[in-house]
Amino acid sequence: MANKPQVPGLLKGLGVTAKTMAQTLKPKKFGGGAATVQYPHEKETPPIRARGVIALREDNCTACMLCARSCPDWCIYIEGHKELAPPRRAGGAPRKVNKLDRFDIDYALCMYCGICVEVCPFDALFWSPEYEYSEPKIADLLHDKIKLGEWMETVPEAPELEAGAEKKKGK
Amino acid sequence: MNLAVTIPYWGQSLLRVLGGTVAVLLPAGTIVYLFLFKMMSFMQSRLGPMEAGPYGSMQLFAEVGKWLQKEDITPARADKRVFRAAPLIVLVSTFLLVAVVPFGPDAYFTQFDAGIFYMLAVSSISTLGILMAGWSSANKYSLLGGLRAAGQLIAYELPMVLSVLGVVIQAGTMNLQTIVLKQNSDSIFGFDGLGYPYIATQFVGFLVFMIAVQAELTQTPFDMPIAESELVSGYMTEYSGFRFLIFFIAEFATAGVFALIASVLFLGGWGIPFSWFGWDSVDSIDNWMNVAGPLVMITKMMVLAGIIMWVRFSYPRFREDQLQRFAWKVLIPVSLINIMLTAIFKVAF
Amino acid sequence: MTDIADRQKLSYIAAQAADARLNVELETEGMTLNIGPQHPATHGTLRIIVRLDGEQVIWAEPSAGYMHRGYEKLTEVRTFPQVTALVNRIDWLGSFANEVPFILAAEKLMEIEAPPRAQHIRTILFELSRIANVSLFLGDLGVQLGAVTPVFMAFRDREHVLNLIESVTGGRFHPNFDRIGGLKDDLPAGFITECKQVMKKLRNFCDEMEDLLFGNEIFQSRLRGIGVIPAEVAKQYGLSGANLRASGVDWDLRRDQSLPLAYDKVEWKVWTHPDGDSFARCWIRLQETREATKIVDQLLDTMPAGPVMAKVPRIIKVPEGEAWVSTENPLGEMGYYVVSKGDLGPFRVKIRSASFNNVSIVPWVLRGVYVPDVISILASLYFILGDIDR
Repeated sequence: MANKPQVPGLLKGLGVTAKTMAQTLKPKKFGGGAATVQYPHEKETPPIRARGVIALREDNCTACMLCARSCPDWCIYIEGHKELAPPRRAGGAPRKVNKLDRFDIDYALCMYCGICVEVCPFDALFWSPEYEYSEPKIADLLHDKIKLGEWMETVPEAPELEAGAEKKKGK
Repeated sequence: MNLAVTIPYWGQSLLRVLGGTVAVLLPAGTIVYLFLFKMMSFMQSRLGPMEAGPYGSMQLFAEVGKWLQKEDITPARADKRVFRAAPLIVLVSTFLLVAVVPFGPDAYFTQFDAGIFYMLAVSSISTLGILMAGWSSANKYSLLGGLRAAGQLIAYELPMVLSVLGVVIQAGTMNLQTIVLKQNSDSIFGFDGLGYPYIATQFVGFLVFMIAVQAELTQTPFDMPIAESELVSGYMTEYSGFRFLIFFIAEFATAGVFALIASVLFLGGWGIPFSWFGWDSVDSIDNWMNVAGPLVMITKMMVLAGIIMWVRFSYPRFREDQLQRFAWKVLIPVSLINIMLTAIFKVAF
Repeated sequence: MTDIADRQKLSYIAAQAADARLNVELETEGMTLNIGPQHPATHGTLRIIVRLDGEQVIWAEPSAGYMHRGYEKLTEVRTFPQVTALVNRIDWLGSFANEVPFILAAEKLMEIEAPPRAQHIRTILFELSRIANVSLFLGDLGVQLGAVTPVFMAFRDREHVLNLIESVTGGRFHPNFDRIGGLKDDLPAGFITECKQVMKKLRNFCDEMEDLLFGNEIFQSRLRGIGVIPAEVAKQYGLSGANLRASGVDWDLRRDQSLPLAYDKVEWKVWTHPDGDSFARCWIRLQETREATKIVDQLLDTMPAGPVMAKVPRIIKVPEGEAWVSTENPLGEMGYYVVSKGDLGPFRVKIRSASFNNVSIVPWVLRGVYVPDVISILASLYFILGDIDR
């Protein structure tokens, strides 16, 4: 905290900017280059856990409404009906299953908190790091169950955990 | 040897007007692209504009096109005539400045013996334009900015004049062309390999001049009149469309012209040391210097403008009272002492 | 320190006298200047009404509320897990730090404690969000004072920290990672080595800032002796965090209270500065960024093994009761007073956010300063609008 002599302070500032410029102009091969990414031409890969978009595995969903109820801004719309499915074993009674009619997430409202993915007891919802789904019209941000199902392809495997972690079951 | 002999007077005038426009706009464009777009970006570890043209070199044209499309808004309560005229006055001062700058042995727009005097007088016209802009905008931020600008530009006019006086004393003339010739034909202690650029003896004057230029241009350590974080944009707050563009051009064109003047006064201008080619007077200079001269000049200008911009991107700004104190208590005494020493040495040797 | 305080007092008196004299003798009129709600220097929509005599401020008043989002009311109709997603948005630059005191308050009511590994990771993320927040402050400080380059450097290096936070929590700005009884998930593999590299980069960034800004004479002349807040005044106005420590009060909630966080397991220093001026406030924050990188480094070395979640019921019902927990957030003391009636959600939550108290000193500290100093003082007080208005 000693008072530095008069000139060095000003010159040091020039030095820092000059150094940064040299770093930016240095070819990429030698560890230089800008800190920025020229977006449409090159893309950064988000980390595995990144909360980009929610994917739906429709077969697992039982329309239990847990996600819709736990959503803090109520952006999940679910409609379902009960259906009789063929019995598991021959001769058994037909089972009642919940069939999904409508599963919409309004990404214009969603705040990406991830509570729905967490509360889902049947592993039907997953996070995908995909982020390029902006739309010119805000109404198009309402993704229906077909579109949400398409995101399933982009869902990565859960990452390895750091040393010392207890393995968790499930996702 | 004079190029213009065969051209009628109106042709000469037309050429001069065209040349003046090029001499103002070309450096301004180059400075904006090279330093504002690229160097600043590199210093902030980013690449700057990359999409328009190769390495974003057409970005400036895109920007100009954008500004020209925008609506030309005049605030309802503004003093309309003054408001509209202000940017033009600022730009006019730049054009008047470039008129006396020599670019080569014959490549100049005009030259007369009171060149420096004229240059210093004309450069203060922009103050008037800025004050007009600040006052007529009917905006408190503009008013504060305009008043700050007026105070600052007047304060820094003095050290600028005084620092130039050292050169004038040493050269014994106020003609810019003669100053260039002297610098390139003289020798330092008998060694004439470098000519005699006045930066060697007038280094203090050069520093004071560059600092004063920085302040005259309201570039960063002295950009209190614009001060975008407190006064939004100072006197330019209410301007939009092509009037803002004119302010913008004037800012960088003036930076270029002042860098030209500094290179004339302290770095030997368009010339290269005459001893290299065995020239001994104006008439013996080869004609190709009329082409090479401007290139030499622009190289020197770019170095100086680069320093101006480098400082601009690295430093925070002074407070209004601090920069006034700096002008009156540091720069003016220093340049006065410089004048005295120069005069003593001039008489002694 | 005292003579700076005296000078401040004298200039205040002189300003008042000048004001009175001018108004009586010359009948000049001051100018009222609205700095904000839309103004580049207010980090959002804070409005500061100042009356000017020339360029001197004779009266100033902050007017908050342009971005009031009603979080205290919103929490009453949300369940406990949902609240963390909301409170992320209070101080949006250091959002993980907002979750911690709320979760701690809820845990206090439920009488559970997170496992040691969870406490460690919580502290790491807490400090990472502090670094993300304060490093941006350092850059923004440059912009407020007219230097354009520091802010880009701050964004460049904050990006690394945000990437770290994202790789752990999945969210860059709104992690929503803290859970009652622990954390949502464990660290991903490779985090520790990556984090150490980033901490090195951040220390390098601090050095750069010191060269580019803090060592710069112009910067020092702009901030030294400006906006002096003596310790007693700071306490009276309820300042906290770096603003209080810059006035010479040795007070840091990370050290002074025992919460289930891992601060007692590492060696670190609470920085104070005797001056209380704008420069001190900025300097303290620079040192705290450095200190935070050291804390993170040490915590990474001493990471215990084990689970990250205590045993909690799937549907969380917090027993009846009241709890107050406050922590040392990037901006200062942030606390939650949680009242529960045994339901799924809280009955009432009172949020004590640091910035609201920090800006309350604005009328006092702005008296008699010049317009350019208004900006530098506001910048050095460092508030975030979400933290003022909630």
